[in-house]
Amino acid sequence: MSEVKAMAFDGPDDSGHFGPYGGIFVGETLIAAVAKLEEVYKELSGNEEFWRQFDKELKYYVGRPSPLYFAERLTTHCGGAQIYLKREDLNHTGAHKVNNTIGQALLAKHMDKTRIIAETGAGQHGVASATVAARLGLECHVYMGAEDIVRQAPNVYRMKLLGANVVSVDSGSRTLKDAMNEALRDWATNVDNTYYIIGTVAGPHPYPKLVRDFQCVIGREAREQSLEQIGRLPDALVACVGGGSNAIGLFYPFLKDECVSMYGVEAAGHGLDTNEHAAPLNAGIPGVLHGNRTYLMTDDTGQIMETHSISAGLDYPGVGPEHAWLKDINRVKYVAATDSEALDAFHKLTLLEGIIPALESSHAIAYGMQLAADMDVSHRIIINLSGRGDKDIETIATVEGIEL
Amino acid sequence: MSRIAAVTEKARQEGNKLLIPYLVAGDPGLLETVKLMHALVANGADVIELGIPFSDPASDGPIIQRGVERSLARGTTLVDSLEVVREFRQIDQATPIVLMGYLNPIEIMGYEIFIQNATKAGVDGVLVVDMPPAESTELHGQLQAAGIDTIYLVSPTTNADRAAFIAEYSSGYLYYISLKGVTGAALTDYESVRKNIEALRKLTDLPIVIGFGIKDGTSARAMAELSDGVVIGSALVAKIAKLAASEGISEEQISFTIAIIKEARKEINKIV
Repeated sequence: MSEVKAMAFDGPDDSGHFGPYGGIFVGETLIAAVAKLEEVYKELSGNEEFWRQFDKELKYYVGRPSPLYFAERLTTHCGGAQIYLKREDLNHTGAHKVNNTIGQALLAKHMDKTRIIAETGAGQHGVASATVAARLGLECHVYMGAEDIVRQAPNVYRMKLLGANVVSVDSGSRTLKDAMNEALRDWATNVDNTYYIIGTVAGPHPYPKLVRDFQCVIGREAREQSLEQIGRLPDALVACVGGGSNAIGLFYPFLKDECVSMYGVEAAGHGLDTNEHAAPLNAGIPGVLHGNRTYLMTDDTGQIMETHSISAGLDYPGVGPEHAWLKDINRVKYVAATDSEALDAFHKLTLLEGIIPALESSHAIAYGMQLAADMDVSHRIIINLSGRGDKDIETIATVEGIEL
Repeated sequence: MSRIAAVTEKARQEGNKLLIPYLVAGDPGLLETVKLMHALVANGADVIELGIPFSDPASDGPIIQRGVERSLARGTTLVDSLEVVREFRQIDQATPIVLMGYLNPIEIMGYEIFIQNATKAGVDGVLVVDMPPAESTELHGQLQAAGIDTIYLVSPTTNADRAAFIAEYSSGYLYYISLKGVTGAALTDYESVRKNIEALRKLTDLPIVIGFGIKDGTSARAMAELSDGVVIGSALVAKIAKLAASEGISEEQISFTIAIIKEARKEINKIV
C-alpha cells in the first residue's frame, strides 16, 4: 500500500479532522470541556496502567474476548464464502456499546466527574451507560426521545432499575437526534461536574477518535482469531452503520490490510428511493450537525430530515466523520439493507443458527448473506453481530401482526 | 464604517448602552417578523439579531426552540430569512442586522451564495453559534472580504488566552454569554459576570454586550451597567409565542409583545 494511502488511515489530525470531516462544531461554552477531554485522553492513551484497567474490565466484567463463530448452516444456506460471526451479542448488556461506556466511564472517573449523561435511541447505549454508572457509583442521566421511550419500554425500565434517571425529550422529532441536542444542552449547563458519554463515533473531536479506540477491541480480537482459526486474514468484513461505532471498531485494525474488503451497511428503511431511510452515506450530503462535519440526511434548505428505520439504533440522520472519509477515499464500500431485508435476515439467522440478532445487526447479516453467496467457497467473511435481538422481539411481533 | 461600527461608535460617544433584541425569522410569520422589527427599532432597539431557524438548535433553551419549531412548521428557510432582511431594509437603512444561527443551513446553501444574498439583502453581521473561530476560516474570510462583521461568543468557560484571540478575531462587537447553559436560563451570578467583563475589558476595545438570561428591565439594567449593552432573546420570543396562532397582528398586539424591550430601554437609559 502506498505511503500516502497508509497515512489516510492515521486520522484524525491534531485539530480533529478526517480529511474535510470531523472537527469541533460546538457552542463556546463547551469548547473548554472538549479541549480538556482531549488533553486528558491524549495523556491517558499513552498510559499503560489505564489500558490495563480497561482490559481488565473488558475481561472480567464484559466477558471478553467475544468468540469468532463459524456459522456453518448459514454458510451452507448461502452457498458461497464461509461466514464467521463476531459475537458482540454475547457481551454483558448484550451489545458492543459497553466497550465504549466502560472506557469513557474510566475517563470520567479519572477526570473526577461525579455525574454522567448520555443520549440513547434504542436504549442500548443508555443501558450500557447506566450499567457502568452503577458499576462505578456515578450519577447517571439518560436523554431519550419521547417517541423512543414508547417504542423501547423494556430498556427504559432496565435503565431505571440500574439507578439512572431517564429524561424524556419532547422537542423536534422526539427521537435520537433530539436526545443528543438535549444532552448537549445539559452538558453546557452542568459542564463543571458532568461527563457526557457519547454513544457512537460522532460528536466533536475527540469523541470520534476515543470511541473508535475503545471499540477497536472488536477488530483486534477478530484479527487474532482469524489468524488462529482460519490461518489467514478474512477476505471481507461486514458491519451495520448507524453512527458507526461497531463498524469502525471492527474495520479499523484491518484498514491497512489491502486484501481485506469492507462493507458498511446502512439502513435503507422503506428503500433508498423513498425519503424514509437512514442512509446518509448512500443518499445524503456533507453538512454540520452535533459537533462534526459529515454526511447527513439534510434537505436542500439545510434542515435535518427525519429518518426511518425499523431499527431504532440505526435511526439517525448523521454518521461518524471517519466513515465519511473512508467512503470518500474508497476504502470502505457503504451499502444499505431495507427493513424487510433485515427482517428476513433476522429470521434466517434465528432459525439456522439459533442466534437471535439485534435488528441493527440484522442489516449486516442481510448484506453479508448476499455477499457470501456471490463469493467463492474458498473465501471467508466476518460479519459483526453487534448485538442480541431480545430487545426487538416486540417490534418484530408488531410489524408482523402477532400479538404477544 | 460598517452600520454596526457606526451605531456602536455613536452609542459610545453619547454614553448610551446598546439594546439588542433577538427574534426568530418567520415566527409567527415572515411579514409579522418584519413588522416586529420596525416596532422594536421604534421602541429603542439599536441592533437586531435575527435568528435563522434550524431543526437542531442545540445551544438554545425551550423558549427559543419552540419559536424555531413554529417558524419551521411554516416552512421558513434561510432564503426566507434573508427576504425578511431585504424587506426590512426597504424602510430602515440605518439599523444593523445580525444573523444568528447554526452552520448547516449556511453550509448547504454554500458560503459564496449565502454571502452574496446576505450582502444584497442588507445583512451587517453574522454569528454562527456552532462555528467556533478554529472551524470558521473559510466563511470568516469571505464574510470579512464582503464587509460583513463576524461576531463570536465568549463564555464563562473561555480562558483568558482564548478570549484575547476571539476578541482579536471578532468585529462589530463581542458577545459575552452570561452563564453556563442555554438561552433563556436563569441568570443569578451577577458577580462573576462583573469580574469576567472586567477581565475582558483589558483584552479588547470592542464593545462587549451580554446575553443569555436577561429577562426584564431590572436584569437588563444590571447587565448593561457592567457592559456596553444587552441582548434580549427568550423573554421576547416568549411574548411572540402568544401571537403564533393569529392571522395578522394589530398595533396593540405588537405593542404588548415588545413591551419588554420598551421597558428595558427605559431602565437602561437610567444608567448615568
